[in-house]
Amino acid sequence: MTALLEIRDLEVAYGKIVAVKRISFSVEQGQVVSLIGTNGAGKTTTLRTISGLLRPTYGEILFQGQRIDQVPAHDIVTMGLAHSPEGRRIFPRLSVEENLRLGAFTRNDHAAVRADLDAAYDLFPILGERRKQPAGTFSGGEQQMLAMGRAMMSKPKLLMLDEPSMGLSPIMMKRIMSTVTELQKQGTTILLVEQNAQAALKRADYGYVLEVGKIVLSGTGRELLSNDEVRKAYLGED
Amino acid sequence: MSEVKTQPADSVVAQPAENRVAWPLGIAGVVLLIAGSFLSWSYDRKILGDLSIIGNPGGLQRLTIIGAVLSLVLLLAVKGPLTSKIGPWLDAALGLRAFGAGLTLYMVLILVAIGTESDGLINVDPGAYISLAGAILLLVSSRLLPLRQLNDLSKARVAGWAEILAIAVTMAAILFGAAYALGLTDAWSFIVCLVFFATVVTVMFRTGTLSWFGHVAQRHKKVLTLAAFVVAFFFPFTQNGSDANMSIATQVLIFAATAMGLNIVVGLAGLLDLGYIAFLGSGAYVAAMLSESAFATINWHPPFPIVVLLGACTAATLGLIIGSPTLRVSGDYLAIVTLGFGEIFRLTMFNLDGTNGPLLTNGPNGIPGIPELQIGGFNFGDPHTIAGIELGRFSNYYFLLLLLIGFVILVFSRLNDSRIGRGWVAIREDEKAAEAMGVNVFGLKILAFAIGAFLAGLAGTIKAHQDVAVSPDQYIFLESAFLLAAIVLGGMGTIAGVLLGATILKLLPEKLRFFSEYRLLMFGLLLVLMMRFRPEGLVASRRRQLEFHEEDEELAVAIESELVEEAR
Repeated sequence: MTALLEIRDLEVAYGKIVAVKRISFSVEQGQVVSLIGTNGAGKTTTLRTISGLLRPTYGEILFQGQRIDQVPAHDIVTMGLAHSPEGRRIFPRLSVEENLRLGAFTRNDHAAVRADLDAAYDLFPILGERRKQPAGTFSGGEQQMLAMGRAMMSKPKLLMLDEPSMGLSPIMMKRIMSTVTELQKQGTTILLVEQNAQAALKRADYGYVLEVGKIVLSGTGRELLSNDEVRKAYLGED
Repeated sequence: MSEVKTQPADSVVAQPAENRVAWPLGIAGVVLLIAGSFLSWSYDRKILGDLSIIGNPGGLQRLTIIGAVLSLVLLLAVKGPLTSKIGPWLDAALGLRAFGAGLTLYMVLILVAIGTESDGLINVDPGAYISLAGAILLLVSSRLLPLRQLNDLSKARVAGWAEILAIAVTMAAILFGAAYALGLTDAWSFIVCLVFFATVVTVMFRTGTLSWFGHVAQRHKKVLTLAAFVVAFFFPFTQNGSDANMSIATQVLIFAATAMGLNIVVGLAGLLDLGYIAFLGSGAYVAAMLSESAFATINWHPPFPIVVLLGACTAATLGLIIGSPTLRVSGDYLAIVTLGFGEIFRLTMFNLDGTNGPLLTNGPNGIPGIPELQIGGFNFGDPHTIAGIELGRFSNYYFLLLLLIGFVILVFSRLNDSRIGRGWVAIREDEKAAEAMGVNVFGLKILAFAIGAFLAGLAGTIKAHQDVAVSPDQYIFLESAFLLAAIVLGGMGTIAGVLLGATILKLLPEKLRFFSEYRLLMFGLLLVLMMRFRPEGLVASRRRQLEFHEEDEELAVAIESELVEEAR
């Protein structure tokens, strides 16, 4: 079985500064894969490159066996790869419903979009209650729910979440993370980028540790959680 | 005086004792206003039309009577036969205050006009003083009337036919008002008349009628559009064959059509284009060069439909050339580049004179003597008589431009309601997020730019024939600035607003020519005041309103539910 997403020797540079240094990893169908690392490790850069917002200077990105590293960003969304960007980036002045509808921008099947709207409201009841409220008035956790719901509206095969737990209370973080598992059960493959290693690895089928643009460790979530180096560096244990 | 707005609607009858005198005072004011209007206002027949005939009110006196009658209706809504029916809905006291203040200002201005135009107030007849007294009484009375809490007029529902009737009546009033105002030849009459219209609009706003009308218009968009076009269509028939106003009207229409095109770029896609007039110019120059003018430089004279296409496509191509390198970068750069492009266009037209470059445009002399438009066998220079009313040259162009503007509005609204329109919303809100949603940001931006240029080029080809000549100095930066001002003033991203803004910006300077030296000063002042008091423009797009009042959550929820309802 070929991987849903495969990264080969990916290198991304901002001018002369190389942010991602020839990394390779893959995401199998149906998995939750976590990419963990500290600030500036190149996690967000990697995601932005996969979704076509940045161009790699070297290497290949394959989605469902097809090269997508030169495909325009909007076509990548159509192919079934959704990106919930860092900092959520919801449309603050638009209502919840409009935000969700824009998530379905690439789709033309209006009836199905409406059904998926209801599905999103089922997943996050709070969004349903406030569907007419401008999203900018929401708390961080609610905005994160909206961002995830919005990304799901494009019916992705692979959902990439960039630091969904950022700035959230522990309770809200739990809620978001359990949604990740819920989405996986519904059949969505998830690539999760996190600083919060504990939360991210607990749910992950597989994980990679990124350090200054390089993958330094990989393994199943369980393996990484029990790895001494990971425990020292990311879980604050001696 | 009671300023409380908290009394419930059903306590209207139990007014505080000190207000007992207010209502009769108002009635007396109305009576005086009307009575005064039937008397002579001035000995001098040449002032403000002719206001000297007793028993037969002149134009401005009729306006006074209309104002008085409307005030009476409001008074009767406070107390009297209309109280139970429309009383709870109208904010009558606020409306009366506006009427009182507006009519007083109106009468004072008339006195000033008579005084300055014909050696002093000695020329004022008692009638004017009586009406002024009436207006002041009305003002005092309205100040004494209590403000009441009301039902929300926007929730008022009347029968569908009544709503459509309201649209028809409003549109007819606009037609007659416009025809009357345009027919005024002296500046004083025009100013006084403007004060009256402003008063009526303020009253509508204060009583809540305006927002009710907005909702009605929302519910009957098609009827409103149709009615607006019918009114515009009948306008030439009110002019008795005179070309003076029709010439202004065609100028307004060209300006409005161009502003609508720019509205797609600025209002929908959110791209700041400061050189838009160049696209209008390129269309006009293409039409001029291919025309049968003796000064045309290209010896090929295709029929007009082909010229239109060529002009529009030339403009669109220029748009693509300018847009493709600059639309990838953020907004400020685009503004600078388009600003430069506008100037480059003008200078290029200035220099393609045979000495500095190939002979295409005759340089600063431009291309004069462009013949009348000829489509099929129809010559736009010939006057026609329809139903006994002569329609001159300008009326012909007027109808053609009406078609053009209809087309532009159609393009605008179809785009706005489409998937493309939603993409533009996303881009305006957050370009990066839009990209992640699968919006083709660059593609949609350049599309907006090209469509805008295309429409301007289209309008330009007609403008060349209507103006008879093209020259570089018609396409200066100031024109681009005015187009932008029309959009900001009227309401970015709206149709009605931009039409209104364009009309105001083009019409006022034409009618107030004595003011022309201070024109820019006035516009600057106007824009500053707008930014302070109503940044979303005269007619606000609901979404824009939200952008300027983000802290107002109640408004936000109300607006969003409307938008969501619409989307469903």
